[in-house]
Order: sequence, then C-alpha cells, then structure tokens
Amino acid sequence: MAEILKTIKLNKYFRETEVFHVIKDINLSINTSEFVTITGKSGCGKSTLLYLLSTMDNDYEGEVIINNTKVTGLTQNELAAFRNENIGFVFQFHFLLPEFTALQNVMMPALKLGKYKKSEIEERAYAKLKQVQMEDFATKLSGKLSGGQQQRIAVARALINDPKVIMADEPTGNLDSANTDIVFDIFKDLAAKGNTIIAVTHDNDFAQKSDRIIEMKDGEIVS
Amino acid sequence: MALSVNLQIAKTHLLSRKKQSIVAMLGVTFGIAMFILMISFMKGVNKFLQDTMLASTPDIKIYNDYKTDFSSSVTSEYFKDTNLLVEVHHPKPKDVNINIKNAEQIISDIKQDPRVFAVSPLLTSQVFYNYGPVQLNGVIKGVHILDEIRLFDLKSKIVTGRLENLLTTDNGIVMGIGLAKKLNVVMGDMVALSTPTGNSMRLRVVGTFQMGMAAMDDINSYVNISTVQQILGEDKSYITAINVKLKDLNQAHAEAISFQKKYGYKAEDWEVTNASVEASNVVRDVLTIVVSATMLIVAGFGIYNIMNMMITNKMKDIAILKAQGFAQKDIVQIFLTQSIIIGFLGALAGLIFGFLLSYGMSRVPFPSQGFVSLKTFPVIFEVKYYVFGVLFGVITTLIAGLMPSIKASKIDPVEILRG
Repeated sequence: MAEILKTIKLNKYFRETEVFHVIKDINLSINTSEFVTITGKSGCGKSTLLYLLSTMDNDYEGEVIINNTKVTGLTQNELAAFRNENIGFVFQFHFLLPEFTALQNVMMPALKLGKYKKSEIEERAYAKLKQVQMEDFATKLSGKLSGGQQQRIAVARALINDPKVIMADEPTGNLDSANTDIVFDIFKDLAAKGNTIIAVTHDNDFAQKSDRIIEMKDGEIVS
Repeated sequence: MALSVNLQIAKTHLLSRKKQSIVAMLGVTFGIAMFILMISFMKGVNKFLQDTMLASTPDIKIYNDYKTDFSSSVTSEYFKDTNLLVEVHHPKPKDVNINIKNAEQIISDIKQDPRVFAVSPLLTSQVFYNYGPVQLNGVIKGVHILDEIRLFDLKSKIVTGRLENLLTTDNGIVMGIGLAKKLNVVMGDMVALSTPTGNSMRLRVVGTFQMGMAAMDDINSYVNISTVQQILGEDKSYITAINVKLKDLNQAHAEAISFQKKYGYKAEDWEVTNASVEASNVVRDVLTIVVSATMLIVAGFGIYNIMNMMITNKMKDIAILKAQGFAQKDIVQIFLTQSIIIGFLGALAGLIFGFLLSYGMSRVPFPSQGFVSLKTFPVIFEVKYYVFGVLFGVITTLIAGLMPSIKASKIDPVEILRG
C-alpha cells in the first residue's frame, strides 16, 4: 500500500515556564485509505501530534511528509494552500461559522481553492451534505443547528476538496451515542472509498472499531 | 475566486452585526459631513472676501511712494570744507509732488504688454464732504470711468443712477451708499467738497454704489479724473497712480517686479496690498484642516476599536478559516475589506449629509450689521472637496483597520482550536 503520511524523528518542546519535551522521536507511517485512531491519556501529546501532522503547528524538529510533499520548512502561506487542498479537518466542537448557512460553510474551502466554478462547487457541496444526510438543512444558518447536525456538516466541509487525508480531533467527544455512530459510519465509509483518516480520540469503542490504533504515552508511541 | 469568497465573508460579517457596522459608519459620516460643511463654509468666506477685495483692488498698482531718503542735506553745502561730523535731528521730507511724472507714456507702454488686460489712471484725494455744519472725511477717486469699468466690476455694484453719467454730467459724482445716506443726498442733489489744502467745489450726485464693505461705502466716491485735477489745482497730466488688470491674476507678482524695474515707480501686486486678507485665508484653511483631521482621527479610533472588538469575538472563526487553508493575506483581506466598506459607505453618507448641512447653511440669513452686504452665509459647493472627503474617509478607515486586520492574521489557530 502507498504511504500517504510519514514523520521522521519528530520532536516538539513546549517552552512556556519550563522546557517540556512533549513529542519524543516519533517515526510514523500511515498508508492510503487507513483509518487510524490515536489514543492515550490526556496530556500524552496525542492532540499535539495531530496538530503537527495537520501543518498548523510548525514549531517542531524532524520532518513531516504528506502525500510525497515535504511540508517541513514551507512558509505559512504555502502551508495554508497545502492544507486547503490536501487536508480536511473535523474538530471536537463542530466549529462552523455561525453566520453562514450549512451550504456556505461546506462550500467555503472549495471557493478558496477555486478549482471549480461556483455552480459546480454548490453541486458538489450538496453531494457532500447528502453523504452525511444533512441535505435538508443546507439553507439553514449553521448557528441554529444542533451539535450533532453541526458536526456532520463539519465532516461534509472536511470532504469538499477531496483531501488525501482527513484529520479529526475528538470528533465524537461532544456527541451523543446516536450521532457518534453516524459520524463513525461516515468515517468508515470514507476509508472504504480510499480516504485516509487520522482521528484523535479517548473513546475506546470508537478506537476499537478503527483499522489501526496508535497508543501514546508521555510523548512516545507505545503500540 | 478566492477574492470573492473573502468579500462574501466580509459582507456576511458586516451584515450579521448591523448595529455595530452602522455605529462605526456614523463616526465616519459625521467626520466627513463636518469636513464638507467646514471647508465649504470657510472657502465660501475666503471667496467672498477675495471677491470683495478684488472688486476694489487692482492686480497691480503703480504709484509714487514717499521716499524717506535724507542722505543729502543743505547742511553739507555749508560745512563742506571742514572736517565736521554733521548730524541733523528730525529731518522732514521735502515737499515733493507724489504724482507720476511721465504717466501718459507709461500708460501707453503698459497697454502694449500682451499680458495686460486693461490700464486705468487714478488720482485720489482726501476730501471733506460738507453737510451743513458737519464735515465728513472721505476720499474721491478720479478715474476715466470707461477704463475703470474694464478693471473692476463696478456696474453690478451700482444702486442708483449710472456710471456713464459721469461722462455726460459736468462735475458729477458717484457716491458710496453709506456716505450718501449720511449726507442725506439722492440722485441729482448737489454736494459740497473741500480739500485739506482749502479748495472747495460743488458736485452733482449722479449715482450711488454699494461695494459691500462699510469701509468703502462710507468713504469713497468716484468722479472724473479732471474734477480731481481741478479741485487740487493741478494740470491735466497730474495723476498719482496707475491701476493695471492682467489677463492672468497669478502673474501679478512677477509683473509688478518688472514694472517697478522698468518705470522706476513702486509697483504693488494685489497679494501684497491685501496681505492681511491672504493671511486670514490661510488661518481659516489651517483651522478647517485641523478640525476635520481631528474628527476623522476620532472616527478612525472608533473603527479601530470596533474592528478590534470584532476580531476578538471572531478569534474562533479566524482559526477555523486558517485551518481550512485561508492564508494570512486572506484574513487581512477579509477584515480590511470590512473597514474599507465601513469607511466608503460612511464617507458617502457623510457627503450627502455634508451637502445637506452646507445647503442649509447657505440658506441661513447672515446677521450682517452693515459691515458687509451678505444676505446669507457664504457657502460654496465644489466637487473637489467632496472627492477629498471620500478619499480622507477611506484612507482613515484603511489605516484604522490595518492594524487589527494584521493582528487577526497573526492568530495562531492551534491555540484557539485546542481550547
């Protein structure tokens, strides 16, 4: 299987009151269409690791290679463009823009990318909303929707640019079990269709059902 | 494509908090409106004063200045052989004629100058207007009235009679309206004048004029130049000044210098003659700029505050946008667009409001107490100031919005998203 994401000797330090070695020498390799979960106790560095992989945090030592592109050393603007095209995000607290409709939220990264015409983007956004069964709420202001609904829309938004990798930080941390199941099923389905998914979670049931579990402890991968 | 999505986000942000946007806009609106009002009014005052001044000041006035040159004295004749130091206390000027000697040649020479529009000789004299036992101090200006009309817009200042009456009436006089009222004379009445040297003469009132300034209307009268020559007991070539009107007002200074060099008489341009008017124009301009700038800066701080508040509220959204791949310049664009839209719309509203205020002011009766003849406040309407207003408004908001926008673009998404 093709390797989609790789890290080489990844190290990160927090330098606030005292130097804290939060990520220690992590060498990681993730293949295309793998559904990977990262677990561990809180404070073990799993979220920190995810944000390093996401290219949003670039204060680290070592190398990150995503889709054969070495992202280490790129400028902020290059990273932004790279994220826009290659990485989809789902966060714990849904994080939609509340003044925009569900459809506008989903369309936004695609409009930024500018690869398709607006009418095509709208069509694609509808298709993605359908995929998460939220097409009926397309014209609703996202601030008016429930948490579960918002999270499904956030997943649709993560998918809009057909990214190589979807990253999720506690995607179900704030959801009831019914919505958790829906989101999990969507992820599972996506992985089956060839998407790579990396999710940080402390929900063991959720992790158990994924393809591969990376367990972290004190900044190191233990299994 | 990216531009339009940034614009759309900016628009949604503005519309989703209408009240805040409108308050920010109103700051700019009032700033610009006051700028428009002040500059229209101040420039109106300047223009009124300048017009009044130019209505009675020639572009260039050539005259024989009193010379206080005491380097030669008869004492040196007496003591020329001795080695004495001679000191003369309080010398008085010689009794010299202050007329221009070769006036005819100078006038015909100036008329040849292609930059000159018209030339008019002038002979003025201090006089007393006799009104029963009362004597009023005043000035008579002896002119060739047809030349004088080419220099100054006198016809529109005439209240009764006609200037041309001077040509057809022997010893006619066109009087300032204030003076005529004081003397209680009307068209056709006779008025007696006497000069400081004791000569006197009776003249017939053939018209009255109103310049708009009490300083002129209460003192001046126009008569034929020959009348003044007669009352002073001088000959036909005796004149004291030559007034010149140029085709281009702004060349007056340079021309005055060359006339002075060429003819050997003092030549004064209008800017020198009316230096005090010019100075007060400058004071008003500076005042306008300072007050307007202050108001715009205050409006700018308002926008700065509101943008800062907005960005603090929108930290989460900014982090989301960045996570989705919006670059720093996109974030700057989103927030800067908002402040420019606020500035532009605010400035446009300010123009309309400013125009209405100026128009209103131009309709308010001016409380003139006889010093100036103004019916309403002098206000001018010039497109230039409105263009400036919009530019000022947009530039101020651009500067005020820039700092918060850059701050927004520097937000670290990881910190926000991790909570």
